[in-house]
Amino acid sequence: MKTIKILGSGCGKCKATEANVREAIAQSGIAAEVIKVEDIQEIMKYDVLTTPVLVVDEEVKIKGRVATVEEVKQLLA
Amino acid sequence: MFDLIQQFADWLVYQALGIAKESHLGSSLNFFVYDTLKILLLLFLITFLMGIVNSYFPIDRIRNFLSRHKLYGLEYLLAATFGAITPFCSCSSVPLFIGFVKGGIPLGVTFAFLITSPLVNEVAIAMFIGMFGLKSTLIYAGSGILLGTIGGLLLGKMGLEKYLSEWVQGVLAQAKAEEALEVEEQSFMQRLPTIANESWGIVKSVFWYVIIGIGIGALMHGFIPTGFFEQYISRDNPLAVPIAVILAVPMYSNAAGVLPIVQVLVQKGIPLGTAIAFMMGVVGLSIPEATLLKKVMSAKLIAVFFGVVTVFIIFSGYLFNLVL
Repeated sequence: MKTIKILGSGCGKCKATEANVREAIAQSGIAAEVIKVEDIQEIMKYDVLTTPVLVVDEEVKIKGRVATVEEVKQLLA
Repeated sequence: MFDLIQQFADWLVYQALGIAKESHLGSSLNFFVYDTLKILLLLFLITFLMGIVNSYFPIDRIRNFLSRHKLYGLEYLLAATFGAITPFCSCSSVPLFIGFVKGGIPLGVTFAFLITSPLVNEVAIAMFIGMFGLKSTLIYAGSGILLGTIGGLLLGKMGLEKYLSEWVQGVLAQAKAEEALEVEEQSFMQRLPTIANESWGIVKSVFWYVIIGIGIGALMHGFIPTGFFEQYISRDNPLAVPIAVILAVPMYSNAAGVLPIVQVLVQKGIPLGTAIAFMMGVVGLSIPEATLLKKVMSAKLIAVFFGVVTVFIIFSGYLFNLVL
């Protein structure tokens, strides 16, 4: 099972990312765990400068923008 | 190009809808249609151009560059300029701040970036061109960058490191210059879809601010007599600029919501410099930003930071009134 983390301190873009991730999981039917990381010290461990960030299995995939449903599906495939 | 939009607005309001040109409603509606179309067009154009620049100079590369180079003071100017071209999102200001500190970038340089980033951004520039023309836009962007540069230099000289919160001081102690970054090469055509998507996203996110801002502006345009504000906030009143800025700092909106109103204020008699200073106060400093920064700085440092920037904005307000 894949682990997807969404890093971001709770702004609009982070929520949009989370919604897209959940939508992508629902559409593709892949088993994945979604974790939202809002703690800034935790976020900084990934050495990113802009949020939201999409992390799949501890690897930073997309940063500083909202990932589209299609992009998430490709990353999960 | 704007003539065509004006012709369309005239046709739509006066002919298709048949509202009299001389009426308050006609004047307001025409202004609304013209301004909305013009601004949305400019927004897409400018965010797209900035998107291209950003695609080639992403924030990671900027940090890497600033981290590896000491440029005899020029790094302040560079950081402020980078701040202007980087799209700003208040929720990224904390990660940015920590990321810069971690890369061994001096606090003053980080502040230079942090000051200009919200002050001069692609949305503000697009709307400024549409409302005040190219010359005013250049003066605005130039002074915003200058303000960040000098503000950063000054804050850097003040030795404020001890007012960072504890864990940031920990980060600071381990800060080190970065290694050169590996850059993945992408052709322009490969970059294009992401750039277009991004600028479309920005236009969408400010769309309602633009509509509401222009809507309020249009009402004021049609119903408030020209020169109305002049009697209260005239060019000769020396307190007008500081009052406008101090009122603006606690307000929070983005440039998209404020600028249409500022434009009408100017048409109705408020000096352009005072109006720009007001806008800088609204977009450049805000309570929500201060709350976010609380995680990395002590209240005292935030107060010094906001104080310095406020004073600088007031100065630029006077300066704008002199040159514009």
